[in-house]
Amino acid sequence: MTRAIAQPITPELVAEHGLTADEYQRILEALGREPNITELGIYSVMWSEHCSYKSSKVHLKKLPTAAPWVIQGPGENAGVIDIGDGKAAIFKMESHNHPSFIEPYQGAATGVGGILRDVFTMGARPVANMNALRFGSPDHPKTRHLVAGVVAGIGGYGNCVGVPTVGGETDFDESYNGNILVNAMTVGVADTDRIFYSAAAGIGNPVVYVGSKTGRDGIHGATMASAEFTEDSEEKRPTVQVGDPFTEKLLIEACLELMASDAIIAIQDMGAAGLTSSSVEMASKGGVGFELDLDKVPQREENMTPYEMCLSESQERMLMVLKPGREDFARAIFEKWDLDFAVIGRITDTGNLTLTFKGEVAGDMPISSLVDDAPSYKRPYQIPAARPYLDPHDVPATNDPAEALLKLIGGPNLSSRRWIWEQYDHMVMADTVQRPGGDAAVVRVHGTNKGLAISTDCTPRYCYADPVEGGRQAVAETWRNITAVGAKPLAITDCMNFGNPERPDIMGQFAGCIEGMAEACAILDYPVVSGNVSLYNETNGKGILPTPAIGGVGLLDDINRMATISFKREGDVIFLIGESNGHLGASLYLKEVIGGNEGAPPPVDLEAERRNGDFVRSLIAEGIVDTCHDLSGGGLAVALAEMCMAGKMGAKIELKDSPLPLHALLFGEDQARYLIAAPESRSHQITATGIPATKIGRVGGERLMIGGALDITLSDLQSAHQSWLPAYMA
Amino acid sequence: MKARVHVTLKSGVLDPQGKAIEHALGSLGFSGVGHVRQGKVIELDLVETDRAKAEASVDAMCKKLLANTVIENYAIELEG
Amino acid sequence: MRSAVIVFPGSNCDRDIAVALQQITGGPVHMVWHKETHLPDVDFIALPGGFSYGDYLRSGAMAARSPIMREVVSRASDGGPTLGVCNGFQVLTETGLLPGALMRNADLHFVCRDVGLRVENADSIFTNAYKAGQEITIPVAHHDGNYFADSETLDRLEGEGRVAFRYLDNPNGSARDIAGILNTKGNVLGMMPHPERLIEPAQSGFGGGTDGRRLFESLLNALVTA
Repeated sequence: MTRAIAQPITPELVAEHGLTADEYQRILEALGREPNITELGIYSVMWSEHCSYKSSKVHLKKLPTAAPWVIQGPGENAGVIDIGDGKAAIFKMESHNHPSFIEPYQGAATGVGGILRDVFTMGARPVANMNALRFGSPDHPKTRHLVAGVVAGIGGYGNCVGVPTVGGETDFDESYNGNILVNAMTVGVADTDRIFYSAAAGIGNPVVYVGSKTGRDGIHGATMASAEFTEDSEEKRPTVQVGDPFTEKLLIEACLELMASDAIIAIQDMGAAGLTSSSVEMASKGGVGFELDLDKVPQREENMTPYEMCLSESQERMLMVLKPGREDFARAIFEKWDLDFAVIGRITDTGNLTLTFKGEVAGDMPISSLVDDAPSYKRPYQIPAARPYLDPHDVPATNDPAEALLKLIGGPNLSSRRWIWEQYDHMVMADTVQRPGGDAAVVRVHGTNKGLAISTDCTPRYCYADPVEGGRQAVAETWRNITAVGAKPLAITDCMNFGNPERPDIMGQFAGCIEGMAEACAILDYPVVSGNVSLYNETNGKGILPTPAIGGVGLLDDINRMATISFKREGDVIFLIGESNGHLGASLYLKEVIGGNEGAPPPVDLEAERRNGDFVRSLIAEGIVDTCHDLSGGGLAVALAEMCMAGKMGAKIELKDSPLPLHALLFGEDQARYLIAAPESRSHQITATGIPATKIGRVGGERLMIGGALDITLSDLQSAHQSWLPAYMA
Repeated sequence: MKARVHVTLKSGVLDPQGKAIEHALGSLGFSGVGHVRQGKVIELDLVETDRAKAEASVDAMCKKLLANTVIENYAIELEG
Repeated sequence: MRSAVIVFPGSNCDRDIAVALQQITGGPVHMVWHKETHLPDVDFIALPGGFSYGDYLRSGAMAARSPIMREVVSRASDGGPTLGVCNGFQVLTETGLLPGALMRNADLHFVCRDVGLRVENADSIFTNAYKAGQEITIPVAHHDGNYFADSETLDRLEGEGRVAFRYLDNPNGSARDIAGILNTKGNVLGMMPHPERLIEPAQSGFGGGTDGRRLFESLLNALVTA
């Protein structure tokens, strides 16, 4: 036996692998003997929070996952929905938080690489990337460096592979000072009859490794993602993987070329925990065993041990099961693309993962024990008590609404993200029909007039104030954003970013958000088809705001009937759809203008969401409305300002007498609301329906004027909105 | 034999990366630093044992691929 | 009009330019793998955008040395109409078909946005559907688009009318705002902006122009009537 295999298993070694004494006991029982170091490493990653969802799975089960258009829900590499005409959209969002904090460029880049592989491994050509980013306070000394590195990393990878990065969101809050969030989403399109899954089948069939060679990079990424940060975490830098987008691009083309044939039985990318988790998952889903000859694994470095090969997180690698006899056919494709191709093992009927190395058995574990025996915890949780409603009359008024508006649109959270998205190629593939900066990005389904609308959203300050309401709101906001471009929202992916689940208050945030999300998904017919959980986003006991980032996908039947947020014609009448109650609890006005965060978040009336949204979508589909914007953070005034800036046209708004104070009318964050604009001649089609639709003004001029309260020139709006981020990053 | 090729931008060619490094050094408090130029180093292992032949061969590699002589200079260092 | 699009490992605008050629010229478009040594019988060669060989070493450097490029250089030298867009422009300078080099953008950031261009030469096979001095909008998306050449070369390019397009608001630091240049014979054009990305109203979200289209229409005018 080699030295590495013979290493004795001490309690310290078990603890270093993030396994508890109880969990180690389970391993002893499963094996009926002591594991060797390689086996210990494999159990530790398979049973890590990241791979096993041991703290979250009891709650995740509550999410609705079915609808007639869902082809594949959670459990595969990505979710799959039917978008008609024999096509499917395949998508998922995933976190790469911990690596991005330690090495922002490579962490973010490999995050993009990983999520791309999750999507093309199922047979889809990736057509759009999105990202949801959360950074610490702008004043924190690390924030600027992290923003620069993450944005460059996302661009560096996505631009090179040639998949457009079409949108996303970026927020700043001090709770992320020690734990930034980098959530990347990929959407792909496949033929419904050519979708590939990961379940291995066929005793004796070859197991094939393709892509880059294996090095020592990223060993223990999965266990790193399952632990809190402490002061010395930055010492962990060497475990961060390095991405090679050029190889990824070749891998996409080679895989899609092979997928056009009938040679593949099952395929899975090597993500967190690399070769180990991919082979275990494929074998587990197929109910078979795998025998791998580690000497055949293409290696980049010398003298690699079985432990290192099994746990390496080298990027741009895939594992496949091929039909017998098709190896040479497949090899020729990968060699054409200058990629490694190696038959490293075969499927067995033992039900075990058996590893051989230099002629000896280096590991032999029942697959079922690695997957099904993984611990599942019902961690104690306490959903925080709902905060009291905050009466808008009790919120201080601003004596200068114009200044308040400029402060909001020119501040860290609502200022233009142009500096970021201009560093992303958002037009490659030539099908981007709605670019970043609107409510949802829209990419045309290539060669058709259909479009996929995509939006990522979450309002962590609402989730913190009331996890259940915040969970509802995050789902509803993506639904509303997709609706606002005219598309029908179909399904979501989620990226659940929370603190330490061993704390009941954090677990309560998690459980509460799931409860709210589940309700919203059910009422809006908007199931969850894929997702990812990232826990332990906590440094020295201080957790992040609860952040269930939602990525929604919708279908636009005809891109010629699409709405954008920009005002388009002088004289168009502006309508506010939905009811305004001036809700200022947990609002941006409170946070940025007054300097507070108390009160309950705005209640989400899901029936009203549905009614108002269906109405707005029908107006767009019928060609009555081509200008639409949903109302969210900063309320009516911010939405109007954004529509003026996007269209380079002013607006004149008359506020009717209202019992609400002015600052609540302008900045209240009531949900289920939209602004639309249309020519006067179509007005009656908007008002004669029973849906709350209030005519509030007209498009025109070069100023935004709201009653006597506020009068700002377009150029003042623009300079406030455009200057914050470039100035901050300079 | 080991060869090390140093590729640098010709003087007169603007080097935005060098300029950024110079600026960053200044803001870190390193004063008196000027004319920062960024280049790259390419290391090669050669089977060739004859120094002159090795040098000629690496020179050809530089001209053909490793350097763009429109904008870059190169220098070759041989070891062993 | 028959076209060839060269596909390097890492090309990612090969499909986009093929779609534009098919849609506008109507003729067949052959995708030619970089390891090929022969070109099909075509009227026009396009070198697409992307990150050939990851843009490792230098943008376009390794692609310029791939087997098919010997054939491309020989056809282009014989007057064969050849267009390089973005990474294709970088490849053309690396082969020496066009003078100068494309360096890292002056602000060091990748830049993707619509840019205003002035058509400086409307007489070429690539630009005859534009008017001289016309201002058009076409997107750029690159990290290394900062055009450099010594001042004699720049003087010669300007003197011979070989600057095809100039930026109205220089996004990358290019010398004399140069966005695209022609070779001496006028049969080779290299440009950083992507005309294939703005050939139909949907690509601007129905809110902008389709100025890229004219470039392909120019080719059709020149190569089909010729």
